[in-house]
Amino acid sequence: MNLLRKYYYGDIPEDKTGAVPPASASGHDWPLWEVFIRSKNGLEHKHAGSLHAADAKMAIENARDVYTRRMEGISIWVVESKYITATNPEEAGELYEPAVDKIYRHPTFYELPDEVNHM
Amino acid sequence: MTQSYTNYILHLADNALILGQRNAEWCGHGPVLEQDIAITNISLDLIGQARSLYQYAAELKGNGATEDSLAFLRTEREFKNCLLAEQPNGDWAQTILRQFFVSTFQFYLYQSLLTHSDSTLAAIAEKSLKEVRYHLRWGSEWVIRLGDGTEESARRMNKAVSELWCYTGEFFVPADYETAAGSDPAGLKDAFYSKVREVFTQASLAVPENVFMHTGGKNGMHTEHLGFILSDLQYMQRAYPGCEW
Repeated sequence: MNLLRKYYYGDIPEDKTGAVPPASASGHDWPLWEVFIRSKNGLEHKHAGSLHAADAKMAIENARDVYTRRMEGISIWVVESKYITATNPEEAGELYEPAVDKIYRHPTFYELPDEVNHM
Repeated sequence: MTQSYTNYILHLADNALILGQRNAEWCGHGPVLEQDIAITNISLDLIGQARSLYQYAAELKGNGATEDSLAFLRTEREFKNCLLAEQPNGDWAQTILRQFFVSTFQFYLYQSLLTHSDSTLAAIAEKSLKEVRYHLRWGSEWVIRLGDGTEESARRMNKAVSELWCYTGEFFVPADYETAAGSDPAGLKDAFYSKVREVFTQASLAVPENVFMHTGGKNGMHTEHLGFILSDLQYMQRAYPGCEW
């Protein structure tokens, strides 16, 4: 007999066949969004995590509920994950290692007066 | 302060508690993780509002009443929440629409209470209004999203409208204790329905007309659902009187 089954996330099916919820019922057909939170004025937005949402408006509201409910932020940015282009970890060698032996690019060879803080 | 005024505060508190308890039933069962968190956030906001109001009512009532005794030890007929708040969750559409209706009403009600002569009540209203503003925004967006979404979501939203519309009229029929407290819910009716019409238009939902409106909740005459909610809500304190977390 083919019964209609609908799982919510976190629900464990009793028949041991494994939880493979239908995509339409679980929001898996919603795109992924990256969330950036500014914790206070003057600080930059920082990556807080990601979530699923149908569009930008919903992503902002979801982010508000998921990432700022413990007073983490005063401003939220969201961007659909697909618009983020990332470097390939396999190319780490050619991308980052050439900088390792070029310590002269750090301004660490200057004598700073004591009055200058936070350098 | 009079018994009648305490009843008014209890009425406001019961609305928040019962809807908060209903929303909490979604905890762990939301359609997606993000909305599970959203609806339980709203639930906690409402229970927080209920606490402030119960604490105040307990103070007015005296005789050893506490926020807990008011929430956990009153019977069905003593609860004064509107019938809408106790209606079942149904599907997501029904939960959303119930929240949207209550938030819209609370939005105008709390606004009107900002200038109430009782400064404690005005302060509770001011604090709650910030939360309600968000609930209203969230609820409106979901009503629009589902009403103007797919064929399936529109069908469910229309069904929710036909289930719940008949409970919206009760907001505007004042109970004696409301009038005595200087509250004029009838005066909020136009603002409420014009907000609802605005959102329904965007959501491509028809506004029902000539619907019989159920009343009674404000005076303790409830639908059959409240008893079940209270048996869940009050079980621990009834079974283990005075038990603490």
